[in-house]
Amino acid sequence: MSWRDLATEAIAGLASRPARTLLTVLGTVLGIAALVATLGIAQTAGNRIVGNFSELEATSVEVTNDGGFWGSSSSRVAFPRDAEDRLRRLNGVSAVGAMGTVPIGEDLASAVKLDDPSGRNEFQIDVMAASPGLLEAVKGSLRTGRWFDAGHETRADDVVVLGPGAAAQLGVYRVDQQPVVFLGDRPFVVMGILEDVARQSNLLGAIIMPEATARKHYEYTSASTVQIDVQIGASELIGAQAPIALNPDNPDAYRVRTPPSPDALRNRVESDANALFLILGAVSLLVGAIGIANVTLVSVLERVGEIGLRRAVGARRRHIASQFLVESTAMGLVGGVMGATAGILIVVGLAAARDWTPVLSPLIPVGAPLLGALTGLVAGVYPSLRAASLEPVEALRSGT
Amino acid sequence: MTLVGAAEYSDGELSATASDDRVLVLDGIERTYTTGDVEVPALSDVHLTVRRGEYVSVVGPSGSGKSTLLNILGLLDRPTAGSYHFEGLEVADLDETDRTSVRGRRIGFVFQSFHLLSHRSVLENVTLSMLYTGAGPAERVERATAALESVGLAHRASFTPTRLSGGERQRVAVARAIVAEPALLLADEPTGNLDSHTSDAVLALFDELRTRGLTIVMITHDASIASRADRAVRIRDGRLTEVDAADMARAVAQIGQER
Repeated sequence: MSWRDLATEAIAGLASRPARTLLTVLGTVLGIAALVATLGIAQTAGNRIVGNFSELEATSVEVTNDGGFWGSSSSRVAFPRDAEDRLRRLNGVSAVGAMGTVPIGEDLASAVKLDDPSGRNEFQIDVMAASPGLLEAVKGSLRTGRWFDAGHETRADDVVVLGPGAAAQLGVYRVDQQPVVFLGDRPFVVMGILEDVARQSNLLGAIIMPEATARKHYEYTSASTVQIDVQIGASELIGAQAPIALNPDNPDAYRVRTPPSPDALRNRVESDANALFLILGAVSLLVGAIGIANVTLVSVLERVGEIGLRRAVGARRRHIASQFLVESTAMGLVGGVMGATAGILIVVGLAAARDWTPVLSPLIPVGAPLLGALTGLVAGVYPSLRAASLEPVEALRSGT
Repeated sequence: MTLVGAAEYSDGELSATASDDRVLVLDGIERTYTTGDVEVPALSDVHLTVRRGEYVSVVGPSGSGKSTLLNILGLLDRPTAGSYHFEGLEVADLDETDRTSVRGRRIGFVFQSFHLLSHRSVLENVTLSMLYTGAGPAERVERATAALESVGLAHRASFTPTRLSGGERQRVAVARAIVAEPALLLADEPTGNLDSHTSDAVLALFDELRTRGLTIVMITHDASIASRADRAVRIRDGRLTEVDAADMARAVAQIGQER
């Protein structure tokens, strides 16, 4: 008896009772659909979260010396003045910049020195010191003017760049006339106004000067933050190397903030994704298997006469057993295909409703029908053995 | 006992080389059913020889052991004691696989209740008896069509049995039984579910098969049907006795008077 004959007999057996066959596979359909949908939604959501996790964050490494939230300022370990040069040498670094708050004491900032009793023209504005590379490291852009360069740093020129917030408070909108702002009584030439920064947004409201200038006029000792822009995929490496490069004697003095690893993130999301639903799917699958076993058993009992006839015309026990096994496996396979289809539709539908990208491992649409077939195969073992164990004499006598 | 291979039976070599024309020989066959501790003899010391081309009827009331005899003749059951030579081969002690093989290739069955698969076409029902014996799909269809033609039902090949009359159904069953060209056709009350008119048609078909040289053993409780055979044996309380033609004629006449 060939496989083709066996398949024909099994399919004919199922097709003779289509309604029952469909109802029987329903349990398997539900089980497989639940499993596929759960896994698919988990993968889709995982991809969604990783997708949200932007390139901007993935390429940022920040080194601080503030010792964390509870760190005392006295225990700070200063960054070396050539921090930029040290880090730029590392492979994978795109841009480096250092920045820190300048202690200006009670000094207020003003654009015009005049006593005006009717209006307030002196403001308390944060003053930051920055290295020439910082603009690039924070992916900042200028509205007008320019950012200071190594020359301003070397000469410790009295120049500042204004954050847009500070510029608005001081009423400075153009720099072509080289306007001057005062910190206390000390004048600084405004050489540029920031448009925006992608990182370190506290720059937006500050008056920014070169580090050397800050050291010259105020008790500014060291930057508190080194911002590094790294190439994609280099964040872990640079995060480990940067403190050593900055301070080989005491690299642990610095706190490094690197983006979370995307792999770890995805795994976390997917493992969260509802063990509960997976258990639910497994239970439905079990119920489906019991359903198939039950109906196949009933079918065996109904078809005792047919079994007897087949035995009379030369079917061996294994022919009978394999026919019923193939029938139950086919039911499982059909259930698996339908379940996988339903599950995929659920995933796609849900993703479409939320404007997400549906993501599904290719293993799932292939594996789900196989799992269904396996369920049917296992479910069919007992009924098939029952059918095969029937004596032909008995079968012919009791059946019609 | 060596395994009865497919080749031996498919090419008919074994029957051709048999030393005589005896299809089957029962010698001292006994069959005892055991229910609990009680042993019930269904057949005792049965002797029967059927030659090639013979049409033998086995007649007896219900409970006489007819069905047991049919099961043993058809290799559906094995005797408790005795020897059964089928086409020169001792089959009484064959294991189940070999018995199934002989049964599938060399014996055709016609049952009282037809035993047709109701959801399969007439053609499929006929090809079923060649499904397990190694014939290819094309050959199966070809031979089944020929068999249906010989019982006059070629035009019903695509019907399901549910659309056929009782007589037609039994003719399909006959086609199924003869399609594999068996050495022996076993019929168990083939007209038991038919009215007298269609019975006649089916019995005429058996007469025709007999003239074509088929060996037929028919089991019945009806003496008038049994009398159509060349030879009749009576079974009563598990014992066989030959019935001579005169006895049979008298029995038929007696039934005729009763009617």
